[in-house]
Amino acid sequence: MRSEDGRAPLFLRLAAAGGLVYLLGPLLIIFVYAFTTEERSFVWPPPGLTLKWFAVAWNRPDVTAAIVLSLQVAAVATVIAMVLGTLCAAAVSRSRFFGRETISLLVILPIALPGIITGIALRSAFATFEIPFSFWTIVLGHATFCIVVVYNNAVARFRRTSQSLVEASMDLGADGFQTFRHVILPNIATALLAGGMLAFALSFDEVIVTTFTAGQQQTLPLWMLEELIRPRQRPVTNVVALFVVAATFLPILAAFYLTRDGEHVAGAGK
Amino acid sequence: MRSSGGSRLGDVFWRRPGLPVLVMLTPPVLWLGIVYVGSLLTLLMQSFYSLDDFSGLVVPEFTLSTYAQLLTPANFDIIRRTVVMAALVTVADAIIAFPIAYMAARYARGHWKALFYLAVMLPLWSSYLVKVYAWKLILAKEGILNWLFETLHLTPLLDLVLAIPGVGGNSLSVSSIGTFLVFVYVWLPYMILPTQAALERVPANLVDASSDLGGRPSATFRHVILPLAFPGIVAGSIFTFSLTLGDYIIPQIVGTSRLFIGQAVYAQQGTAGNIPLAAAFTVVPVVIMGIYLTIAKRLGAFDAL
Repeated sequence: MRSEDGRAPLFLRLAAAGGLVYLLGPLLIIFVYAFTTEERSFVWPPPGLTLKWFAVAWNRPDVTAAIVLSLQVAAVATVIAMVLGTLCAAAVSRSRFFGRETISLLVILPIALPGIITGIALRSAFATFEIPFSFWTIVLGHATFCIVVVYNNAVARFRRTSQSLVEASMDLGADGFQTFRHVILPNIATALLAGGMLAFALSFDEVIVTTFTAGQQQTLPLWMLEELIRPRQRPVTNVVALFVVAATFLPILAAFYLTRDGEHVAGAGK
Repeated sequence: MRSSGGSRLGDVFWRRPGLPVLVMLTPPVLWLGIVYVGSLLTLLMQSFYSLDDFSGLVVPEFTLSTYAQLLTPANFDIIRRTVVMAALVTVADAIIAFPIAYMAARYARGHWKALFYLAVMLPLWSSYLVKVYAWKLILAKEGILNWLFETLHLTPLLDLVLAIPGVGGNSLSVSSIGTFLVFVYVWLPYMILPTQAALERVPANLVDASSDLGGRPSATFRHVILPLAFPGIVAGSIFTFSLTLGDYIIPQIVGTSRLFIGQAVYAQQGTAGNIPLAAAFTVVPVVIMGIYLTIAKRLGAFDAL
């Protein structure tokens, strides 16, 4: 009899290993290119290694301005998404009501439909209602598709939080807000934090919707896109790419540790 | 006796459970309803307008002529090319994702489990443009793949593949093969995660029962594991298919000059200033995804999300 603890068949291990190389290889290549001495083309292997492009990138005002704008947009969009996503998750997980399916569809739609549709829809709405492009038009788009990641994380945690805890709290004389503050919030806090960090990463990286809602402003992804289409200084792009990989690595690692307990154990799925 | 406003409100909420749900739902539903659905409806309305050929202005009168333009050979070609690419990418992703998801769900433990998780999450959450850029580095004429082929003395083979009309091109980074490779790479994590989730939910005792009843591993796999994992694969395909349908950046940076739906939308709303045609083009992926989601729901993919 075969048991689950047995070793995987060889071909399966090879296929999975190949898949992992395919997944991670391209990201590792970015690291190497950030140090190359080659200025104009993508020569492989790099003719030499240097650190000077980090200094050059750091002194470019367009790069730092783009980073600052991206951080600001991501921060505001994340706060909005966390409030709206948590409210929605609390309502949906708490009861069965008419239109519950519609609500989950509504939340998932902004990422289930291609980003270009969200983008052009927002743009045509801005044009129709004569709303000028600003910081807030970018935030509007970002918050809309970030709701779903907060919602997903929160809904999963709400389902695992026993309703009897809430009932016990109420029986013991706590009012609704005390119950929320001392019982519900501690239970869902790490899920919210993880959802928030993923929303932040999602917004920090978003390019398609931003193209349509940014007007003249340049977030970091828009800066990258410009460099991809009309390259000015390749090594600076390499360094920025490395920075972006590193900047997304940390929140993911943190989100992993926050939601790790119990949720990623085999068989823990519903 | 309780008297604070907060607790009285809490009591009301407790006695009428429908009320807090309503209060909690109002802000997110208003936001999504106004910002998102409102914008979608504005866009839909635009698609029934038309562009005056002489003045270049949008004529706000109801007409189906813009939709008729979608059926002209040039435009229909764009739609067909995009749908075929999306289907191929989805199939390739399903094939590559399955072994990874299977190992992660059924064999990986401890550190390996963490490694698999990070190996999927890192590319998933890494910047989309950085991933595309990395592939530009890999596929470029002086890049890694060409170097690899040269080192292995396989360059003639690569040239042979690139010479195939319709898929090849001057180099990998300006061929449909290049576009395909980047699409498959960028959406792969979206396929792995739901597949893995579905595989993790396959009860171990069903697998044991199958082998106890004499089912060989291959039979157990085909008749027990695969059918139970299928909704997860369909769930993943929603993402890979939809994301390919709408993307306009990957084919712009890696690929031939032949357009995809997203590029056509972008060009129509931007340089051409033809918002109605751009809007009509976006309705195509919406309709396709509407049909796709309906079928996926029937197949149980929504429970696997």
